[in-house]
Amino acid sequence: MRVARVIPCLDVDAGRVVKGVNFVDIRDAGDPVELAARYDAEGADELVFLDITASSDRRDTTVAMARAVADEVFIPFTIGGGIRTLDDARLLLRAGADKVSVNTAAVRRPELVSEISREFGAQCCVVAIDARSSWETPSGYEVFTHGGRTRTGIDCLEWVAEAERLGAGEILLTSMDRDGTREGFELNLTSMVAAAVGIPVIASGGVGSLDHLVDGVIEGKADAVLAASIFHYGEHTIAEAKTRMAAAGIPVRPA
Amino acid sequence: MTPLRHHRIAPVDGRSRPLVAILDYGIGNLHSAQKGFEHAGADARLTADLGLIRAADGVVLPGVGAFAPCMAALGRTGLDEAALQAVQSGRPFMGICVGMQVLFAGSDEAPGVSGLGVFDRIVRWIPGPVKRPQMQWNVLQRYCEHPMLDDLDDPIWAYFVHSLAPEMGDGDDVVATCDYGGPVVAAVARDNVWAAQFHPEKSSRVGLRILANFVSAANAAPAAIG
Repeated sequence: MRVARVIPCLDVDAGRVVKGVNFVDIRDAGDPVELAARYDAEGADELVFLDITASSDRRDTTVAMARAVADEVFIPFTIGGGIRTLDDARLLLRAGADKVSVNTAAVRRPELVSEISREFGAQCCVVAIDARSSWETPSGYEVFTHGGRTRTGIDCLEWVAEAERLGAGEILLTSMDRDGTREGFELNLTSMVAAAVGIPVIASGGVGSLDHLVDGVIEGKADAVLAASIFHYGEHTIAEAKTRMAAAGIPVRPA
Repeated sequence: MTPLRHHRIAPVDGRSRPLVAILDYGIGNLHSAQKGFEHAGADARLTADLGLIRAADGVVLPGVGAFAPCMAALGRTGLDEAALQAVQSGRPFMGICVGMQVLFAGSDEAPGVSGLGVFDRIVRWIPGPVKRPQMQWNVLQRYCEHPMLDDLDDPIWAYFVHSLAPEMGDGDDVVATCDYGGPVVAAVARDNVWAAQFHPEKSSRVGLRILANFVSAANAAPAAIG
């Protein structure tokens, strides 16, 4: 049985969740532990924390956050954003993160993927890819880095295959074209990547409704669906998401 | 109202928190395992100290990554012997994930590398046209009655991350399977040895209950073995 995962994504700056999350009954909308515990209680399958901290000298606050979350919350969580070295990954994993996701640094130095995978196992090495449609690359999708600001000229399909070969355990695939649009996942991109690799693919970017989550799994062939705003702003609960997915015939762990 | 948090599970019958030694042989993140056992009512220690391991009421062998590096690290630290002694002592013992796999005789992942041989079968690649690793929640299908799964209502959802699993064998020691392109061994047990292919420390309330069941066994163990 393949069971689709539902993953809320939280933006973190200096160890605090930013872009507030509207749970009505929490004391501190910026407390990552409180929010993580709440999403766990609601039935989230995993969590992704995206560290948007600009400078690496504040990295210690992210490590402290990982430790605080791991102390209290017993579902898997990934930390991504600004991980440049094996040491960065080591600190976060030792602090209690289950997985780290690497993006820009992995494109710049692909060996980082194999280093993390070799030392800690493929299961904790997520390669995050920001892709945008492009005439310049054979698959029609090009890899962007630096939060989508920098084009690389690298073909998305070539990079996912390379990432898998290097030892990635999972692909977190974000469509830059759809991110923030609420128009739904880029299903063509998602299904193309899912077909190209034997490792799980998390679809990201563009979710505006529960049906988009269904589409991501059924048409996009994604193993997991990631969303932020629909959950954070109280539009939908994890339970509603799973109920809709189950009704569409997708096996999910009930909330 | 404050958000729901996992309730700490009080030790059974008011006794002090049993000492659970989590073998620390330098593999993987053990922080969650330690915190999970603490939440489940244990005095959980990450340790390579042979005296502490001998004194523990229960012993846990964790493991992530690959079979060969785990066996190598166990050998380097001498914790392979400590684990086997703990198994033979009759005290509750629990292997988790690769810590379960190394209790077997060997693995497809590392031909020629011997496991601890507590179970005499081989760990095999998950067969079939399925994605590996299995990285998802899945339902534990009870294969026999065992205290590991006490006080849990079906369906029991647990979090898995693995590419290999032990052979079924004659099923004598299988506690639970999951369905992933066919039945996959999810938990085994024999006498004092429990082992889980899934991660109880990452399986939310279900997982904490399984850890608490182990802590209860550890609490009862000294009396049981005199």
